[in-house]
Amino acid sequence: MKELNINGVTVQLDDEGYLTDSSQWNEDIAKSLAKEDGIDLTDKHLEVLKYLRDVFNKGETLTIRKVGKSGIVDIKEFYKLFPKGPLKLASKFAGLAKPSSCV
Amino acid sequence: MEKEKKPLEKVCIICAKGNLEDVMAALVMANGAVMEGIEAKLFFTFFGLDAITKKYMNKLHTATVGNPAMRMPGGLPFPTLLGALPGVEAGVTAMMKKGMEKLDIPPVDEFLEMFTAGGGEVYACKLAVEMFGLKKEDMWDDVIDIITIGQFYELADGDRTQIIFT
Repeated sequence: MKELNINGVTVQLDDEGYLTDSSQWNEDIAKSLAKEDGIDLTDKHLEVLKYLRDVFNKGETLTIRKVGKSGIVDIKEFYKLFPKGPLKLASKFAGLAKPSSCV
Repeated sequence: MEKEKKPLEKVCIICAKGNLEDVMAALVMANGAVMEGIEAKLFFTFFGLDAITKKYMNKLHTATVGNPAMRMPGGLPFPTLLGALPGVEAGVTAMMKKGMEKLDIPPVDEFLEMFTAGGGEVYACKLAVEMFGLKKEDMWDDVIDIITIGQFYELADGDRTQIIFT
C-alpha cells in the first residue's frame, strides 16, 4: 500500500498502483499517475478515462472492444494513447480497479 | 533478496485447427498478449487456415461429434449420434456464438482486426496453403505473409519468447 498526495488530496494505491477508492479520483490524480508511467495526458486521454469510468460505474466489464466502439477512439488509437497495455494503463489512470476481462 | 522479474516479451502462437473453439482459444491468447504489451505473432496452418480464409473465416463451427466434453443445456450428456443429425452442429455453433457475444468476444474477423490494431501479426503456413491449393488473394487482407516453418522460427527469436501450439 502506498499513499500519494496530489494537490492536498491524499489517496491510497494498492501494490500495483491502482487507486483503492475510485471515488477519490480527479483529473490531477490521473495526470500524476500517468506521468509516473511516462505519459502526458491530453484531452483525448481524459475523454477515454471518463468513458471508462462511466462504463465501470454502470457495473459493466471493461473491454478493449467496448472502447473501440465508444466513438471516442478506435482500437488502434487506444493502443497509441496508452502503449503497452491500454486497458490496464487506462483503468489505472482512471482510478479504477485492474481490469478483469480477457478480451 | 527480491527475485528478478523476467516478463514474457513475445509469444508465437500456432493455430492448426479450424473448429470455432480452437480458433477462439488462439485468438484470445494472441489478443490477450498484445493487451498486456507482449509482442505476438499468430501462425495459421492446416485446418486452422479456415480462420484466415475470406470464404470461411466467419463460418467456423463447433464439432458436435467426438467431443465428450459437450453437454446439453442443463448438463446432461450430449450423445455423439445426436451430434451427427443434420442441423445440430449449426444449432450448437449458434449457441456458442451467442454465449461468446454476451462476453464481448467478437467474431473471427473483428477479433483478428483487434489483434492487428494492437500490433499483432498474422501469418499463413506455406506448406498448408500449397496443400489446400489456396492463394494470397483467398486469404484475409491483413495476413502479412505466407511463410515457411523456418521463417516462423526466425520470428520467434529472443530469449523471452514462447511458442504455443493450440
